[in-house]
Amino acid sequence: MTDVLQQNLLSPIALAFALGVFAKVIRSEFQLPKDVYLGLSIYLLLALGLQGGVELAHASFDAILWPAVVTVLVGAVTPVTAYLVLRRLGRFGVQDSAGIAAHYGSVSAVTFIAAQQFVKAMGEEAEGFMPTLLTLLESPGIHIALVIGAIQSGAGGRPVRETLHEVLTGRTMVLLVGGLIVGFLMGEKNWQAIELLYDTKGPVFKGALVLFLLEMGIVAGSRVGDLRKVGPFLLAFAIGMPIVHGALGAWLGTLAGLSVGGATVLGAMAASASYIAAPPAVRLTLPEANPTLYLTAALAITFPFNLLAGIPLYYEIARWLQGG
Amino acid sequence: MQTVPLKLVTIVAEPVLEERIVEALHRLGARGHTVTTAHGAGSRGMRASDPPGESVRIEVVVGDAVAARILDHVATEYFPHYAVIAFVTDVQVVRGEKYA
Repeated sequence: MTDVLQQNLLSPIALAFALGVFAKVIRSEFQLPKDVYLGLSIYLLLALGLQGGVELAHASFDAILWPAVVTVLVGAVTPVTAYLVLRRLGRFGVQDSAGIAAHYGSVSAVTFIAAQQFVKAMGEEAEGFMPTLLTLLESPGIHIALVIGAIQSGAGGRPVRETLHEVLTGRTMVLLVGGLIVGFLMGEKNWQAIELLYDTKGPVFKGALVLFLLEMGIVAGSRVGDLRKVGPFLLAFAIGMPIVHGALGAWLGTLAGLSVGGATVLGAMAASASYIAAPPAVRLTLPEANPTLYLTAALAITFPFNLLAGIPLYYEIARWLQGG
Repeated sequence: MQTVPLKLVTIVAEPVLEERIVEALHRLGARGHTVTTAHGAGSRGMRASDPPGESVRIEVVVGDAVAARILDHVATEYFPHYAVIAFVTDVQVVRGEKYA
């Protein structure tokens, strides 16, 4: 475990993230221009979709079926466990519990990418269809938590249709699903023509990822001051809940027949908290939920935890489950 | 040059509200609007925007009655739970007939 952890901490993406946090902590004025940040996120998501689509064309239906089933199961279970823990143990209000649960039920694409890169570096590359599973996990968690919040608080405020439209037309879904379809249709020969830029195992993608993680570090670093506002329970939740969900994901992935790499990535997906798709959906549907709580937990605690320690942990769990 | 007295309504809000507010402005009688992205902070702290911390500044030039309707709407719909401020300025506008 120590070796694995050390190797992960010395990876360029972890170090770039740490540099971003450090820059913010010493109050350096620099940050990535907003358009560069958005452009990079679009590039990363599109590359993920394209390559996932090309590899999906090689996968058999039987190989994907059970992993897809357990992924949907993970998407349905994680918002409920998160909600119950926050409401019952944490004594948070209905809207705050549901708002935070929506983040933990959904998935962070960057955490997914980091997990994919990590298992590759460990020589345990994940299955090529993993990006397809990522698209299955993005939406259900948010909706389940929002519906719980709306029912429990008796607030019918916002039509489900509106939220659904927002999440399904957000850039994560359009680029991932769209990229998968384009990649699937264009075939191996066309892929080779653009592979240099979009290969998620190649140097261009990894280089861009380093720059993106630098900005993520700055964003997370600017939330450090809020850590004092969220209270000890949420701090513990933002680390403990991912470990539980991560172990669940790695276990279900193993049962579904995924490799050690695939089960690790599914674990990281289950453990991660969304911070792109979930915040606006929660803000509009559950206006009484406090954004400082869900943003700080997802962005300043859970994301760094998964990036630095969580992913190696889920890897060790997956290895242990598969007798490695 | 001939000018007409009208009201400039300025609303600074969380970006998630932009679409809704703009839709409401037109429903309440505005004929056009301007949106600028901005950043800042207020009493409500963190904004659920991506990247975080952004605001939008929505400006609209209208007559007295529409201005009042817009302020009422923003106050009842958004003041309780969202980071929103709104204010009105007297302005002298060229081509006043555009706004009626």
